[in-house]
Amino acid sequence: MSEKILLEAQNIHVNYGAIQALSGFSLKLMENEIVSVIGANGAGKSTFMNALMGMVKIAKGDIFLDGYPLSSQNYKVVRSGLSLVPEGRRIFAPLTVEENLKIGAFTRKDVSELKEDYDWVFSLFPRLQERLKQYAGTLSGGEQQMLAIARALMARPRVLLLDEPSLGLAPIVIREIFRELKRVNERGVSILLVEQNAKQALLLSHRAYVLQTGRLLKEGLSKDLLEDRDIKAAYLGQSA
Amino acid sequence: MKRNIILIIIGLCLALWPLGGYQEGIVILMCINCVAAMGVSILTGFTGIFTLGHAAYMALGAYTTAIMTVRYGVHWLPAVIAGGLMAVIIAWLIGVPTLKLTGDYYAIASIGLGEAIRLILENWQSFTRGSRGFPGIDPYTTRVMAVTIFILLAILMFNMLDSRLGRELKASRDDSTAASLMGFNTPHTRMKALVISAFYCGIAGSMLGGYMSFIQPSMFDMMKSTELTAVVVFGGLGSMSGSILGSAAITLIMEYFRDISQYRMLIYGLLLVIIMVFRPEGLLGSHEVWDFMRFNFRKEADKNA
Repeated sequence: MSEKILLEAQNIHVNYGAIQALSGFSLKLMENEIVSVIGANGAGKSTFMNALMGMVKIAKGDIFLDGYPLSSQNYKVVRSGLSLVPEGRRIFAPLTVEENLKIGAFTRKDVSELKEDYDWVFSLFPRLQERLKQYAGTLSGGEQQMLAIARALMARPRVLLLDEPSLGLAPIVIREIFRELKRVNERGVSILLVEQNAKQALLLSHRAYVLQTGRLLKEGLSKDLLEDRDIKAAYLGQSA
Repeated sequence: MKRNIILIIIGLCLALWPLGGYQEGIVILMCINCVAAMGVSILTGFTGIFTLGHAAYMALGAYTTAIMTVRYGVHWLPAVIAGGLMAVIIAWLIGVPTLKLTGDYYAIASIGLGEAIRLILENWQSFTRGSRGFPGIDPYTTRVMAVTIFILLAILMFNMLDSRLGRELKASRDDSTAASLMGFNTPHTRMKALVISAFYCGIAGSMLGGYMSFIQPSMFDMMKSTELTAVVVFGGLGSMSGSILGSAAITLIMEYFRDISQYRMLIYGLLLVIIMVFRPEGLLGSHEVWDFMRFNFRKEADKNA
């Protein structure tokens, strides 16, 4: 983990009509770091991800990648190196696994290096290779999540954003996916993770932010937050 | 590659098989309808944008070619290409304001466009001769020409669908949010589909003009537009070969019942109802013909293993 700031969001405000979904949230992601954002339903976690990706309009605030302002146009954000694994996976169900991966690699110009990346994502999730010609909609929930992650990785992102990757999955599958995310990070991809499953998220990440109704509640090293009394009581389901 | 060779062989058969004058006419009509169906299919079947006005693009192609060849004595080949390009230009103009919207907005706009273009052609007497029709077009659409254009455009279409473009279209059809998360500029994607589709329909219109050697605005009314979309639904949304087969089949069926042509629409409607009841996904669903062949091969291989 270096000390160089890769992605920085400053004072982000997002409104849905009269409702303030995010009111002044700031976040920093260093190079090679895993950061998680945890919080309850409606805290604004997904809104924050969508704001980063240019999927919702930011009312106030700035986002910088490498110190340069990030485009607010979705497809340009992807091209500049952010790749989101959306909530609920959103794979292309009527297409095959292979087609899904090819679509993920759409922005790539370095076609010669694609092969290497295929091998890499198959080493992370060997089951995808077995199911290459299968329609994505016929995969199990866990496999679909793996496919969604692999598809996002095919764009060779600098920052991988994950919105609730553990949603609706069996604990054993969640552990498998989080183990592979660690390997993704070891290859030099920074990860920004939004989770309700606070324990898994804190175990994986280096630092974490706790969001509550659109505002920052707490931030710190993940291992400290795991021991924090309030966090334990509110998000980890343990009495303090 | 194998697919291209098969297409060329089909083309050679269609073009060179000895046929009588009447059958030859049917082959030409089939080719024209298939070209138009391919155009609608890439938009409706592969990009998920419903259209009810594509006869307008055929009209644009037909009139452009007719006026160029008859009034200005241009050779038919550049005139046919110009017909396609004219449809492209108008499609682009109509696409700019409508394709940023998702959902069925384009369908509504396309009805308006279809009727507007037909009415312009009907009322611009000095230029198009209005509803009297435009006679005296050189019958340049021979069987060889129609089959050649059809096969060339089919090869082009299938290769486009296999390329990045094809994946781009399918992705934005299946989930346009996810597609834009993959880095697609989805309004742009939809525009590409519309423009390609208009080109195919424009060419089909030009071919129709050269076949009939007479065109009039009422040939390109809403009925024709609906027919184009219906054929694609009949063949299977998301199946290019299905659209082609569907179009060819409908052309043949319509010809077969020409004797009782006053009941044509009745038969047509009945056919669509039957398809919707027994095969709601259309003739081939979202598969291509060779998908079924490959499937069978694999089953055989499994048995042997």
